[in-house]
Amino acid sequence: MNKRLLYRDHLAQWLIYLAVLMVGAVFFWILSDLMRGGISHISWSFLTESPRDAGRSGGIGSILISTLWILLVALATALPLAWTTAILLAEFVSISSQFGIIVRFSLQVLAGVPSIVFGLFGNALFSIYLGMGFSILSGGLTLACMLLPILVSTAEAGLRAVPQSYRLSAAALGMSKTASLIHLLLPVAAPALAAGLLLGIGRAIAETAALIFTSGYVDRMPDSLLDSGRALALHIFDLSMNVPGGDQPAYASALVLVALLLCINILAMKFTYSVQRKRIMPV
Amino acid sequence: MIWSKRNILFLSVTDKLVLIVLRLGAVIAALVMLLILIFLLTESWPALMQITPTRFLTDASWHPLESAYNLAPMFSGTLLASVGALALAIPLGLASALFIVFYASARLATSYRRLIELLAGIPSVVFGFWGLTTLVPLITQLHPPGASLLAAILVLTLMILPTITVTAFSALQAVPDEFLRGATALGLSRWGMIYGVALPAARIGIVSGIMLAAGRAIGETMAVLMVAGNVVQHPASLFDPIRTLAANIALEMAYAMGDHRAVLFVTGLLLMLLVIILAVAADWLRKTSHDWSASS
Repeated sequence: MNKRLLYRDHLAQWLIYLAVLMVGAVFFWILSDLMRGGISHISWSFLTESPRDAGRSGGIGSILISTLWILLVALATALPLAWTTAILLAEFVSISSQFGIIVRFSLQVLAGVPSIVFGLFGNALFSIYLGMGFSILSGGLTLACMLLPILVSTAEAGLRAVPQSYRLSAAALGMSKTASLIHLLLPVAAPALAAGLLLGIGRAIAETAALIFTSGYVDRMPDSLLDSGRALALHIFDLSMNVPGGDQPAYASALVLVALLLCINILAMKFTYSVQRKRIMPV
Repeated sequence: MIWSKRNILFLSVTDKLVLIVLRLGAVIAALVMLLILIFLLTESWPALMQITPTRFLTDASWHPLESAYNLAPMFSGTLLASVGALALAIPLGLASALFIVFYASARLATSYRRLIELLAGIPSVVFGFWGLTTLVPLITQLHPPGASLLAAILVLTLMILPTITVTAFSALQAVPDEFLRGATALGLSRWGMIYGVALPAARIGIVSGIMLAAGRAIGETMAVLMVAGNVVQHPASLFDPIRTLAANIALEMAYAMGDHRAVLFVTGLLLMLLVIILAVAADWLRKTSHDWSASS
């Protein structure tokens, strides 16, 4: 190897290390900024009290409850649809069937739709056309549409990862398709389903743009599903953009949100990697 | 639950019922996309009928209350912010992927990969908030006002970096080992092997990842809205505030009525079509190429 090539190699290596260092540093910069700004403001009363004075004082109790309700509505709608679709695509129709291709294409397109467009759609359909107004229900249903693609694709991949010999053995034992699905395939694919579910939850509680015009801004405790409820991500947005002097609670809320998401994502990774490590589980 | 049956293709009554339920679920899931298209079209119909499309580029300004609908400045804002973010994120993301595949030890590679995945999980509103409280004041010291095209580019870079890294990583990992060993056996240096063999072999996967990232940058709303300043203008420099199409929707939907509301739906439709074209093209690229990075 001549000198010039050696220098070029070293240069490339250092540039790559530099880039990696920068990315890592920025990640920890963001985390430490949030920690420094928010940790002193977090207390039990901050987590349980309702916000007062547009969020400058008080806590995020009602916000957390609203977020939870929106999430539950979204999951209760999206999970049955997504998992039935995934089971159909993975177990009942062949890869090349017209029906399967259409459903897959439609979901793939859905995955590319920007969240603000989901907001527009949810506002037009749920809030106005179906008359739900700004409510937890219309916010949750909008989110459900948004979660469909990720829930379907993770569940389908999980089912496809189950070895073919399982299906053949079940058929050889004379089990019906439904029986083998319930007793064999779904239990084996459970970690993958759980990982997909957690990723979906992460997406849902991180969402802001789709909720501004569907679940609304009201920050008191919601009485019913038809009440407007402010999600945590939206609370951060509102505090930092529209409320002068809202930085302290905004930092604390952002810290709560990021901590929640980090936990959820780490848990999801654990599930995913456990599936990858041992494809075959003792049943 | 165990039934005797004549052959393995035989479906019992339960099976047939289950199949009907499954089909119903799948049809509903597939119809959501159609429903979105229909609603966006009907809501934007008044604007599409009354306003000739060229007016979106030739009107004097963006003053929707006075029926002036010039979207050109927001087009340029969206385009500049996305292109700028890509220009920064592509080298950083590629370097990250190369680091994971070729440079780092196994343990370091795993931890760095987890870090990138966690970065992908940080919500856009938190990126926006961090940009607003940290980046914008820093940029203000450099050149006021801080809320600017530059701030939008930096925040977007952080948001699309994980997409580029993860897709480039899987494309690079799919390059067959023989190729790399062959290159090493021929006496290529590490960078020679990466530049001459690994990157060309993985280029389709990398390009499709970049297209996905571009779609994400164009559609991103909240983070950009919080740091870009939101002045409707063609920016003259990196330090000028801009407004993107997506941010415009979020800003004006609250009070938009009649034609104004319809125009916002038109921009939503445009955004969606743009992002969908990018996503579908990326997928098509991956599927139709006879590339080994795609086949594994």
